[in-house]
Amino acid sequence: MQTKVENNKAWFLVLPVFIIVAFSAIIPLMTVVNYSVQDIFDQNTSYFVGAEWFKQVMLDSRLHDALIRQFLFSFTILLIEIPLGIGVALMMPTKGKSASLCLILVAIPLLIPWNVVGTIWQIFGREDIGLFGAFMGAIGVDYNYASDPVDAWSTVVLMDVWHWTPLVALLCYSGLRAIPEVYYQAARIDQASRWAVFRYIQLPKLTNVLIIGVLLRFMDSFMIYTEPFVLTGGGPGSSTTFLSQALVQQAIGQFDLGPAAAFSLVYFLIILLVCWVFYTTIMNMQKDK
Amino acid sequence: MTQSSTTHTNKSSAAKTYGTAETVQAPVYSRAERKARNATRRSRLGMVIYLVLLLLPIYWLINMSFKTNTEILSGLSFFPEHFTLDNYAKIFGDPTWYMGYINSTLYVVMNMVISLLVALPAAYAFSRYRFVGDKHMFFWLLSNRMAPPAVFLLPFFQLYSSVGLFDTHIAVALAHCLFNVPLAVWILEGFMSGVPREIDETAYIDGYTFPKFFVRIFIPLIRSGIGVTAFFCFMFSWVELLLARTLTSVEAKPIAAIMTRTVSASGMDWGLLAAAGVLTIIPGMLVIYFVRNHVAKGFALGRV
Amino acid sequence: MAWMSWTLPTALFFIGIGVILVGMTAWQIASPCVERRGFLPLDTTRGDRLFIGLLSSAFIHLVFVALTDANLAVATVLCAIWMIILMRWG
Repeated sequence: MQTKVENNKAWFLVLPVFIIVAFSAIIPLMTVVNYSVQDIFDQNTSYFVGAEWFKQVMLDSRLHDALIRQFLFSFTILLIEIPLGIGVALMMPTKGKSASLCLILVAIPLLIPWNVVGTIWQIFGREDIGLFGAFMGAIGVDYNYASDPVDAWSTVVLMDVWHWTPLVALLCYSGLRAIPEVYYQAARIDQASRWAVFRYIQLPKLTNVLIIGVLLRFMDSFMIYTEPFVLTGGGPGSSTTFLSQALVQQAIGQFDLGPAAAFSLVYFLIILLVCWVFYTTIMNMQKDK
Repeated sequence: MTQSSTTHTNKSSAAKTYGTAETVQAPVYSRAERKARNATRRSRLGMVIYLVLLLLPIYWLINMSFKTNTEILSGLSFFPEHFTLDNYAKIFGDPTWYMGYINSTLYVVMNMVISLLVALPAAYAFSRYRFVGDKHMFFWLLSNRMAPPAVFLLPFFQLYSSVGLFDTHIAVALAHCLFNVPLAVWILEGFMSGVPREIDETAYIDGYTFPKFFVRIFIPLIRSGIGVTAFFCFMFSWVELLLARTLTSVEAKPIAAIMTRTVSASGMDWGLLAAAGVLTIIPGMLVIYFVRNHVAKGFALGRV
Repeated sequence: MAWMSWTLPTALFFIGIGVILVGMTAWQIASPCVERRGFLPLDTTRGDRLFIGLLSSAFIHLVFVALTDANLAVATVLCAIWMIILMRWG
């Protein structure tokens, strides 16, 4: 790392970013805080209720379930996507036309609007018109994501793996590209096994990108909304209702501004905590280098 | 396997290949090299299987978009029997449909431009200077990238209504800045830190002012970083629906929100839905084609 | 501004946060602080400790609200003590 110059005038360069993000972040956040301590009937009628909504939110068993489901979901997809992504990155060709072609093809799912991702799997998983649903039926599995909670869950997980493994794969791929050829030559001279090459040469180089990958995947899966909304609508029952969905249901569906705001804040605090832990870890790792 | 046994099998296999007359090249390869070639073949195969599984759902959507609804509902087939372009004709013939694509493109481009313009100087500041609260500022920006839009959803509608921007493209573009500007700063900072400081110092000694140096020398140096950043801004703005849907009603309604129209009283119009979906994938593919050579570096956000 | 539906307590809360931030900035400029290690397993600056303190205070309040019916002021006092400990020895 190069040493940086102390210069407080640099603030002027950051100011535009600060203003533009603050407009969309701080004002709404303040408003959410205001809402969270009031019972709001309409624009002009509201009562101060103190911490009552927070109590309600903290003790609401539906939200506990959504939170547990959310963590379960995030850990499940991380457990699948990270190893799978590393595997795909190791398999990707490194040179020539086939390398760029692979890159483009692998990246396609990332650029599909999230509701279209939901639509694709909604169609793909149906037994009457979808290939996957028909395939499951043909091999004798009683599969219906719209009525069976287990099927709904596995379809949402499968969809997320399909959608986001490419991100992990491309991150790892770019990490692998940064390893100098000399390392591999040395390994060849030592007759190192494939596993040894992976364990002692490739994996250490991947740590950095993997942390970014885990951070992005954890955070983005923690706010997943559109895809399950289109695919299952949070059902059957509430088996695939994750945090964002529960929040939107409360805020838009029932128009409970106060409790929804309190819920938002609790949600935000959890995000802030996780984000801080990751950030500190990344920063300390960079310092150690 | 121990060292001695490896060389032993090596020798014996080499002897065997010498036995057959027409193999000229075979002995040149050592066991390790052959193993490596087999590994390459295996990974080729694995890659092909992965790509097929990856593209199958998308292919299914494309396949369906060329079918009539009767054919879709009458059974499964890998190719459309009665190939039709009706679904696409319906979209391109109806302004309420195709305006959705124009609206989406407009706010995505606006967002890209705004994000890059504000993020470039800020990223430079973060990569070159220390200033009061820099680390906390960076963390605050990052936390906004990570915060779920659903949290801010409640007041967004009122905020943009109160400043008279509701249902305009710029409103969606600004709202998407919430997560795209932090991301842009993050990626660009990575790329800029890779440019040696000496370049800056030499330029200042040569009498360049900061704006002149920044535009003439520095920006060309991180061209690929800017391309990759634009790609990421495009990507996250294009795929987002929740905020875009909340902040628009008619004038700036994105295509993703219009797609819900395919559900009607008479049931789903599957063919039309599939065609609309396919058309949303195309812009992304174009963009990734343009940045394909930089994307490997960019996906590591410039910090490998 | 009406749509933001301000209340006195929340206004005071945000003014308080604002004052703390301005104060910390002024303090930092007047006497820059170096990273050090206290009882937290991290090298921290004053600003880091303030952030850790505020975040943990928020969680303490939440847990307090969820588990007890006592007055919230008790939690606030607890948090104030925690903040002082954290800023001084953290």
